[in-house]
This record gives sequence, structure tokens and C-alpha cells, in this order.
Amino acid sequence: MSLLPAPLATWFAAKGWALHPHQVQMLDRAGARSTLLIAPTGGGKTLAGFLPSLAELADGPHEGLHTLYISPLKALTADIRRNLRQPIEGAALPIRVEDRTGDTTYTQRRRQRADPPHILLTTPESLALLLSYEDAPRIFHSLQRVVVDELHALAESKRGDQLMLLLARLETLAPGLRRIGLSATVEDPTALADYLAPGTEILIADPGPEPDIAMLDTDMPPPWAGGGGRYAIPAILDEIRRHKTTLIFHNTRAQAELFFYDLWLQNSEDLPIGIHHGSLDRVQRERTEAAMVDGRLRAIVCTGSLDLGIDWGDVDLVIQVGAPKNVKRLVQRIGRANHRYNAPSKALLVPANRFEVVECQAALQAVRDRTLDGEPRGPGPRDVLCQHILLAACSAPFTADALYAEVISAGPYSALTRPDFDACLDFVATGGYALRAYDRWQRLKQTGDLWHLRDPRSAAVIRQNLGTIIDTETLKVRLKGRMGGTPLGEVEESFASGLTPGDTFLIGGQVVRYEGLNEMTVEVTRQPGRDPKVAVFSGTKFATSTLLTHRILDIFQQDRWPDLPRHTAEWLALQREVSRLPEPSRLLLESFPHDGREHLCIYGFAGRNAQQTLGLLLTKQMEDQGLAPLGFVATDYATLIWGLEPVTDPVPLFRLETLREGLEGWLSGNAVMKRTFRNTAIIAGLIERSHQGRRKSGRQATFSSDILYDTLRRYDPDHLMLAITREEALRGLVDFARVEEMLTRIGPRIDLIRLSGVTPLAAPLFLEPGKVPVDGAGRERLADAAARALLRAAGLE
Amino acid sequence: MPPPGRCCGPPVWSEGRTGGSGPEALDGRARLRQITAMHRFTLADAALIARPSGALHWPAESLLVVSDLHFGKSERLARRGGTLLPPYETRATLERLAAELEATAARRVLCLGDSFDDLAAAEGLDEADRLWLLRLMAGRDWLWIEGNHDAGPLDLGGSHLAELRLPPLSFRHIATAEASEISGHYHPKATLAGRSHRCFLIDGARVILPAFGAYTGGLAASDPALVRLMQPDARAVLCGAHCRVIPMPRG
Repeated sequence: MSLLPAPLATWFAAKGWALHPHQVQMLDRAGARSTLLIAPTGGGKTLAGFLPSLAELADGPHEGLHTLYISPLKALTADIRRNLRQPIEGAALPIRVEDRTGDTTYTQRRRQRADPPHILLTTPESLALLLSYEDAPRIFHSLQRVVVDELHALAESKRGDQLMLLLARLETLAPGLRRIGLSATVEDPTALADYLAPGTEILIADPGPEPDIAMLDTDMPPPWAGGGGRYAIPAILDEIRRHKTTLIFHNTRAQAELFFYDLWLQNSEDLPIGIHHGSLDRVQRERTEAAMVDGRLRAIVCTGSLDLGIDWGDVDLVIQVGAPKNVKRLVQRIGRANHRYNAPSKALLVPANRFEVVECQAALQAVRDRTLDGEPRGPGPRDVLCQHILLAACSAPFTADALYAEVISAGPYSALTRPDFDACLDFVATGGYALRAYDRWQRLKQTGDLWHLRDPRSAAVIRQNLGTIIDTETLKVRLKGRMGGTPLGEVEESFASGLTPGDTFLIGGQVVRYEGLNEMTVEVTRQPGRDPKVAVFSGTKFATSTLLTHRILDIFQQDRWPDLPRHTAEWLALQREVSRLPEPSRLLLESFPHDGREHLCIYGFAGRNAQQTLGLLLTKQMEDQGLAPLGFVATDYATLIWGLEPVTDPVPLFRLETLREGLEGWLSGNAVMKRTFRNTAIIAGLIERSHQGRRKSGRQATFSSDILYDTLRRYDPDHLMLAITREEALRGLVDFARVEEMLTRIGPRIDLIRLSGVTPLAAPLFLEPGKVPVDGAGRERLADAAARALLRAAGLE
Repeated sequence: MPPPGRCCGPPVWSEGRTGGSGPEALDGRARLRQITAMHRFTLADAALIARPSGALHWPAESLLVVSDLHFGKSERLARRGGTLLPPYETRATLERLAAELEATAARRVLCLGDSFDDLAAAEGLDEADRLWLLRLMAGRDWLWIEGNHDAGPLDLGGSHLAELRLPPLSFRHIATAEASEISGHYHPKATLAGRSHRCFLIDGARVILPAFGAYTGGLAASDPALVRLMQPDARAVLCGAHCRVIPMPRG
């Protein structure tokens, strides 16, 4: 304890607190350039990260910014600020702490730039913005430490890649900077350490006791298909009653909304239960958070927005509704309960349907075996690099040599070649088109060695487009009334466009009636007691990990299933009786008509990405064979294709050479590539994000990114954006290697079973989000029929 | 399922191309299908054809009408310090226009305004694109109607008019209350079977053309601005592989 400054040591002693061993070790290693601390949830990880800063700042007044804390969640920064206030005020330390996020007011943000606090709590996006200002060198020159919280979560996305580039930039502005990464348990600590910085030291805390985790026992069995876990509400209410505070996790916002609504219908005792997800209005979310902190709520229905380390105090039970999809995330969610180190966390899994019972069983086994899932990350994506070059140009003129040196000092970009960097710089500067236009076709100009913005005013537009999170277009929802009405939250634009006045939907747990669209705001009135149409929120779509997928396949191979609830065992037995259960060494195909369409279900168990690729390649061949496919959906275990004609001879469809040829031609005109292109083009700065105001004024100004994609393919097929799109798709969405592996493994053992309708195992596929349309003859036929029907209905034919 | 949240129709190249050379050249049967894929109608007794490309053909006058070409859009955005879009929209649009001219053998061409994204874009045309455009204009009676983007004379030959009266029809960029009128400006589009298409709006008094240019978004036909202009029995004629006629969506 000698390293702890006296006032803090006294305060801890007065509170009767003792530091955990890993917290002491963090103080011991305060001088290390870069440290990765891996500790379970509730292990006092964040305090451990801050202790060196508190110690350094405790001994007297410091000038300027000392420590930057970065977390993936805005809510987390507010929470940390509250938690830090205790020791700082308690020990009367001369330390000023502030947070800065998208929610911080303009005045406050300006003041922070002029007079930064000692400790600034922020997000990667807000940090990017700060670093894009001309005064970034002045703001950051005094910086001593950076603490990155939830590094494991950030490293899974482009936000992490961007953050590592930003840290490289900070290192240039404040040489000698010391980094601390905080992470939950991960499968490969060394890879994460290298990601943070070369030479990072790893500190692993005691993982704590085994969690107390089980499947929730319900009187009523889960339904054959569907999500949401409504059947389990009585049992869940019992659990809420038995515990102090319960967190009820859902995988999607829409499911959370529906569940919350149904929960209240059955909540006869009026137990105080709240809801929290990313589509709710900020004021509403904050109200829920405050009520939770004050202990006024018995339960919160929530989504991934509460996944990460917010300290909710007295949570003693976590309920996961729906299969957890990923063991790592499940372990972290379980950690929300009993936020005390060395006390076992208590969690219950609630499968939403019978397939999920199997998934939950597989997850339980994995948690008990302490196996974690995870895929290695590839090198840092170049669209993020393009954005970083724009950011650098906004801040100050730069030389290519210096910026390249800085970029390759970031973990994810350490292997970036100079030609690849130069191609990105050329794209940012001139668009990188084969057709060299004019002098004015320049975003950046070079004067001597220095690159700078051609038009300094363009910095404002670039700043508006910073960040790597691509949102779907959403519209604000407000209660109709004077002064604009109460804001309730947001819905997707595509959902709003499908509404007609009088339609009802759920938001924030209440049923509202759509009244109309007013200046890009959805106006609604309260409409209690009606059956709602459900809001379709995007939320995060989780993929079941490879690890879980394989465990599920293993469970299928059992003769009987004594570990599974009887209803699920019977369901699997029924599938075996009606059709078959998939086996590792064979490929099971089911063909059946449903709802006026022919369906083909392919149980490849190759993971979502490979199953998706398979869907794309197979539908292309089916189109050529005149089977008129209309679309498909892929999950981790199967691909479901629907169309106008049945598949009768599947073997030619699955010939590896044909699929391989198809892959070449395919990496072009399909919806997945276009979606990938759009995200990539926004991040790289080719397309501006649409902002509410601009969309309002420029109604004809925006056109689909698909048009740009097609233009490039036709006139400039070697363009960098297409190369990046292909890379992205191959890495993320294509995964052809697993298609090859699967087909090699099954060889000629393909079983096509023709059935009269949906099978037990196929049913859940119909409820999967992310359906991919197939452009072809089938769709043309349908459009013709729809046009005829409309004319007939209007009496025009 | 349509792509999330964006406006506009499918990519222009996948829409009705007629004739032309290269891998997409049509065989005789496909060409026949193209002919039947057009939509014939009359306005003030003039026999007109809405083509799947978004062009309007008036065979009796050997006139092809296209609206809102927006040549030079990427150049204008670049000049104004915006993003650097692929500078190929002019040649993409010219390619489709050339195909339409070949298919209809029209001797007169009427560009119904907003042919250029602004006047500087007209001056800043890429040399190859400019020569191609001049080749298309050669030997044809070429009329430029002024739009809100390109008011003023162009340094490109052809005739420049604020509007054109060719009895029984009149042509201008933005629709007025006048009957028997052909206009553009709004870039109308409509959704059918979950997909958005550029479209003509046609009633007994007027025709509003879709935008012909490559980089053009659209305004939903159900927008009040369009609903106000069109009579209750108006139809939308959707562009695509072939023309599809539906009652005009009115929100």
C-alpha cells in the first residue's frame, strides 16, 4: 500500500476497503509503457486502471490534461465520473474530472478545449473529433496516460482500429504516453496485447468463483419457434420477486420492447420494472439509469446497451432471454450480477424456442468448461485509415513519411505496406480515379512536402462524418403536442415509411398511434390497450460463435437427450422422425412448399458468413437454372432459400468448382457487396452521412450508394474502394474457406429430403432478420403480378 | 426487402437498355420484348411513348425528351469542396442517351432542364465526354430547356429556350397549371413490390418525367408536391427492365 498516496490510503482505510492484488500490481507497474489488465467483471478493473493516475495527480496541482479515459459507451463515461467522484472528493484530491461525449453541450465542449480537466472521460468518436481540431497539440501536449476500458469489446470492431490510430496520434503529440488497456476475459490475451501496443505487459487477475448458472425452469415449454420468451413471463416474475434487482437481457431492441410490454400486462403487483435500450430517447434512458442507481427498480429489461461495465450496484440476478449466441458475451453478462469480487454471479438462461434450448445447453457446457470463443482479427481495414488521413489533414498539414510512420506504430496497422498507405492517401487527396480530372478534383493538396486541405472549409464536413459506426437511417418519434411534444425515441426510416396513419407500434413500453410525419419526425399519440405493430429496430445482430455451433451439432448426435428438457428432446426426436437431424459428415437438405413459395433449407453448420456466401452462390445458380429464387436468409447452422420453383437435383448445385467459378463472378453485383460498399464508402469519406437537416432540404440530392458502386464497377473496376469492399466482404461476410472445408468434409454425402411443409428444425429460420433479396426473374414476375393487381383494384384494367 | 432507408431506384444500368453493343447487346427476341415493354399513351391527342429508360418518345415529331440529366454532378461537388464522387456519371448518362437515340432514331432531342448540374459543370465537361455529346448532337435538332440548375445559355450549340410550345403540347422544366404539359424537375419515383423505381407520372393534363441522369435521387410520388399537381386518376409508369403501370401512389 506504500504506493497509494496518503489521503487515498486514509480514505480507503476509513471505508474499510482493501485493494485487490491486481489493483496493487497496477500501482506497482505505473511506469510501464503499456499494460493490459484482464479481470472478471466486478473485479474493480476500472479503479485499477485509474489508480496510477490518482496517485500521480494526488500530490499537488497539475497543469492541463493528464489522463484520457476511453470507453465504448457514453453511459459508461457518466457512470465512471460518478464513481470517481467518491474517492476524489472523499480524499479531497485536487483533481478535476469531466466527460465528453456526443451528449455534451456545445458550451461545455468549447470550454473543455480551452481549459481541459485533469481526467477526461470520452468515447473513440469524441476523441477523433477532438484530435481533428487545429488546437489538438495544445490540448494533448501534457497528456501522461490513456486508459482504454472494455478493450475486448472495442477490438472486435472498426471502432477499435480507429482508436488505435488515434492513440498513435496521441503518442506523437505526447511522447512517452503510458497506456492501460482493461479487458474482460478473452481467449487470446497476447493478440489483444499486441493490438494495444507492441511490448504490452499482460496482467491477469484471479478469475473468481464459478458462476451459478442454469436454464430457467418453466411450467410451459418454449414455443416451437419465435423469439422473446413471452411464455416464461410468470416464471421470470417469480424470480424478480425472489431477488433484489434483476437484469433481463434481450438480444434485440424489438424483442426487449415486446417483452417489456407483455411483462407489464402480467405484472399484477406493479413491481417497479424499467426498460433500457439504444433506441430510447436519452432523457428516458437517463431516468431509468438514475432510478436503477437509486435502487428504485426491481428489474430492467435491456439489450446490449447494458452489456458493458456499468456498475448497477445491487444486481443479484441476470436473466438472459434468447440464446446467448456467444459464450464470451454470456460470461460478461453473467458478471453483471453480484458486482462483488469473489462472490459467484447468478444467472438464468431463458431459451426463446426449442432450438435455443439446445443452444443454451451448449452454452452452459461451454461456460462450465471455461472455454471461450473468438475469431482472430485481420489487419486494420483501409477505409478506417482513409478516414484517419482526412482527420489528420483537418488538424494540421502533414508529410506522408511522418504520417505513415505514425500509422504503422498502431497495432492493427503494423503490417501496412507503404504502397497500400500511398493508395489510401491518393484516394483521400484526389479520389484515386483512373480518369484524372482537373486540378480542382482535389480534397488535399501538396505544397512542398506538406499535404493540406485544398479548401479549409471542408474540415467542417469531414468532422461531421468522423466515426466508424454506421447507423441505419432513423427518425425521431415524438408525442404529438404543442412545443414539439415529448420525445420517445427513434425508429428506422424503413419502418416509418411503411406506416400509415392509425397504425400502432411499441416504443418505450407504450403503444402509440402513428399520426403522421412532420419535418422528419414521427408524430404519435398514446393509444393504450391496442395490439401494437412492433417497431423494427436494427439493434445488433449476433452470430452464434463457431464454438457453440459445433457443440450444438454434437448434441444432435446423441441417441437420447436426458440433459435437455423433455419438450426439446421430443422436438429433436420429432425432427429425426419427420426428416433427419444434421450430422457432421453429411449435408442435410430439406425441400418444402410454404406460404406459396418453394423452400430449400441447407444445414451446413458452417457459420453465418459461410452460410450466407453459400446462399449467394446457390441462388445465382438457381437463377441460371430458371428456379426463380427470390431471396434467402442465413444463420450459423443453415441457409434457407425461397423461390418460385422447387430444387429437385441438388448435387450439381454443390459442385465445388462451379461454386468457385461463381464466387469470381459473384463478387460484384449482389446486395451484400452493395451493403458492404456503402458502409466502407461512408467510413472512407466517399459518401457523406445523411444528417436530418440535409435530408430535409435536399430531397433530390441524395441517391443510392448502389449507383456509385455500379458506376465504379463499370468504369473503374480497379478502384481502391472496390478493393476495400472485396477485402471486407471476404474477411467478414464471405468466408469461402469454410464453404470449401464443409464441402470437402461431406464429399458426395448430400441428402435431399422432400417434405410437405416446414420441419421442426427449419421453423426458426423463418424468423431470422437479415433476409437478402435476389434480383432476378422471380422478382420481375412478382412485380408484374403486383402491378396487375393494383390496376385491377383501381378498376383501371 | 429494399435496402435499408435509402431513396432511389435500382442502379441505372440494370434498367431497360435498348440496343447498343457489347456484352449486353440484345438479340432479336429481346429487342422485340423491349418494344412491347414500352408504355404507349396519348396526351391532347398526341401519341406518346414512355420508354423503360425514362425517356419520352413522340414518334410523329421524331422527338426524344429526356429530363434532369445532371451532367457534371460529381465535378460540381468536388469543386465545392465536397466528397470526390467517381467522375463517370456524364459518360454513363451519355451511354444510355446514345442507346435511346439509336433505338428511336429520333431526329430531335429535347433536354427538359437541369441537363447540367450547374453552368460551370457544363464548361468543365471532360474533353472526351464533351466530344461524345457533340457527336450525338451532330445532325440532330437539339433543344436545351433551362432548368433551375442550369438557367442561362450553354456554350454547346443547340437551341436554348425557357420553354417550348409544340402544339398541342408544351414543354418546360417545372410543371405549371397549364394543361397538355410535359415537365421534369421532381425526379419522381414509386415503390412496387418493395422496390423503388424511377417513374413517369401521367394524367389527362400532364406528364412529369423521371430523371434520366445517373447520379440522381428521387422524390416519392406520394409527396404532397406531386399529389397536388396530378389528377386523382393519375398513373405512375415505372422504369425498369420494362415499363410497369400502376395507379399513382398517394401516401
